Amino acid sequence: MSAVLLLGASSDMATAIARKFAQDKYDIILAGRNVQQLSEFKTDLEIRYKIRAEVVKFDALDFASHESFYKNLPFHPGITICIFGYLGDQQKAAADWSETENIIQSNFTGAVSILNIISEDYKLKRSGVIAGISSVAGERGRQSNYIYGSAKAGFTAYLSGLRNSLHKYGVHVITILPGFVYTKMTADLKLPPMLTATPEQIASAVKKAVQKKQNVIYVKWMWRWIMFTIKSIPESFFKKLKL
Amino acid sequence: MQMKKKIANWGNYPVMETNEVEFRSINELKQFVSSSTSAIARGNGRCYGDASLSDVTISTLKFDKILFFDKANGIFECQSGVTLDQILDVIVPEGWFLPVTPGTKFVTIGGVVASDVHGKNHHVDGAFSRHVIELSLMLSNGEIVICNKNKRADLFEATCGGMGLTGIIVSVEFQLKKIETSYINEKKIKVDDLEELLELFEANKHYTYSVAWIDCLKKGKGFGRSVLMLGEHAKLNELNDAQKAKGALALPKKKSINFPINLPSFVLNNFTVKLFNFLFYHKNFKKEKHSIIPYEPFFYPLDAILHWNRGYGKKGFVQYQFVIPFENKEGLITILKKISDKGWGSFLAVLKTFGEQTDLISFPIAGYTLALDFPVRNGLFNFLDELDEIVLQYGGRIYLSKDARMKANTFWKGYSNSKKFTSVIEKYNPQTKFQSVQSSRLSITAQ
Ligand SMILES: Cc1cc2nc3c(=O)[nH]c(=O)nc-3n(C[C@H](O)[C@H](O)[C@H](O)COP(=O)(O)OP(=O)(O)OC[C@H]3O[C@@H](n4cnc5c(N)ncnc54)[C@H](O)[C@@H]3O)c2cc1C
Repeated sequence: MSAVLLLGASSDMATAIARKFAQDKYDIILAGRNVQQLSEFKTDLEIRYKIRAEVVKFDALDFASHESFYKNLPFHPGITICIFGYLGDQQKAAADWSETENIIQSNFTGAVSILNIISEDYKLKRSGVIAGISSVAGERGRQSNYIYGSAKAGFTAYLSGLRNSLHKYGVHVITILPGFVYTKMTADLKLPPMLTATPEQIASAVKKAVQKKQNVIYVKWMWRWIMFTIKSIPESFFKKLKL
Repeated sequence: MQMKKKIANWGNYPVMETNEVEFRSINELKQFVSSSTSAIARGNGRCYGDASLSDVTISTLKFDKILFFDKANGIFECQSGVTLDQILDVIVPEGWFLPVTPGTKFVTIGGVVASDVHGKNHHVDGAFSRHVIELSLMLSNGEIVICNKNKRADLFEATCGGMGLTGIIVSVEFQLKKIETSYINEKKIKVDDLEELLELFEANKHYTYSVAWIDCLKKGKGFGRSVLMLGEHAKLNELNDAQKAKGALALPKKKSINFPINLPSFVLNNFTVKLFNFLFYHKNFKKEKHSIIPYEPFFYPLDAILHWNRGYGKKGFVQYQFVIPFENKEGLITILKKISDKGWGSFLAVLKTFGEQTDLISFPIAGYTLALDFPVRNGLFNFLDELDEIVLQYGGRIYLSKDARMKANTFWKGYSNSKKFTSVIEKYNPQTKFQSVQSSRLSITAQ
């Protein structure tokens, strides 16, 4: 059975994804900044699912380290899931470059840096699956979160190009657009249940997408229609909306 | 990050607006503990009343990692938010079982310790705390301390059954029980009245597990008619071929149905009436019936219907559970009579016996314990106050984990060590930072 690399493994979404794959006996590499917390999770996965799990320190913003991070993984992951991201604060970001930079690098540059390296390797091996958690916020920029949205738009475009370029090598790329998610990042927002996925629902959707080689998935079906509608509003009108 | 939310525990009474927070690491927990003045831990909300509600409710459900499992010796350690159903999934296939389990597996290990839960085996194995090797706990000053029967014994004793008032339990290490199969060798006995039931409990006290369902509406002849269920973990050679083929330690299939919405309370009652009558009058059911069944229907019959608590309607319900010493059995009879005369309770009540236990604040003492549900209605609390008086008069007490309404003095009189308990709370939780709606109601922490 293949192994899964989780980039950004401390979030609730990552926890749920790791457990979902481990249940099916995939080995797991947990990559993230909080090594102490991840090593507790490693033990948890090993005891619950009798698989092999490892923890590797990974910092998405430390681009220079990405090459050696990937080279030194304890075993080869046939599946990579890129989960890290940073919602940030739109108002703060508009006035403060460091917040903007953090949002862009956490959602776009960092992901591109590491996935470039991994996709080269998968290309050589002529096999592998890469899944990226992007966002519906990247489908159209809105005043309430366009820094985050534009970084995710970049990531979505990147994944789409990567899918196109790797197809002929038998490497599959998946774009996941969760919509609202009940997580740490959103614990203080009031969210409409119809549009909000639990980490467990996202995990199931990701596993299904990997196994069925789906391309772009909206975890909650309503989002496909909502985004379709939002994207079809003429710009002359859209710019006046409070979104 | 805090979110004002309306929450209620299993009885849907009372409903409270509170800030619910979650933590995934000790550091996060520490921030919440140091920034709040009035908080309580909450596991899976399976206590019935207000014990895990406060201004700030600290949910442990995201703190859910299994930390250690020694398969050779049956030693298990996990963070406090891990639930019993998750633990069973891991330990049963390896030939181990929970040393003590309540009647639902959807509770966290933190909640199990904080209520010092009892199972159908209390008369043999005691309450859960007897099997705890070590606890770690965050105190009100944010410090993590370890305690057990020998180390900081005062803290340990006040934490087991202490309803979260000493601190936040962060992890629990405990001893499992060895099993050969995941099946139970069950014996069901049809019992004609209460007198016979109490005799049968005595005659069968060597059974590891025992519990009875009593028909609470039956008056006069047949008062206390019931079904007594006895059980042992089945041995390998007791399984039939089909069971062996599935695997002696196979996990039961996960089947459950969802109770859809709040229904008027007679629906659930009718359901239990039917279930009981089926057991009682079914032609295949002679006086005694033996069977080898999976552990789920034996220990967790109600877990098959998720959200069955909605069956009591919008106003919610309280569960009334008391214990009365064996020598005062007329107290039990008096109360049961009052309950059946009034006709306000659930059709079924659960009766079992407790063995000796002399811990600081845990509920069990040697005697009979009875539990049943009462849908909330006008006049109910007055009626339950009357029952409390009888319980106290006969030297008994009320289970804190089920309570949502008792008066402070019922607690102080019923729990003989309550003074000592509060002095330990003062020592480890001096500003009573950890307090619940229940602890204020009972004047355990200042109001
Ligand atoms: C169907 C059903 C059957 C039951 N059968 C039994 C039974 O047979 N025997 C029995 O003893 N009980 C029984 N119970 C009661 C149940 O076992 C207890 O109420 C248990 O404590 C619930 O655990 P929880 O995780 O849901 O905790 P909650 O209900 O959320 O909290 C219960 C108490 O534990 C405290 N607590 C929870 N987590 C922590 C923590 N980490 N640190 C400190 N304090 C904490 C809370 O503050 C609160 O005081 C039953 C309940 C139901 C719904």
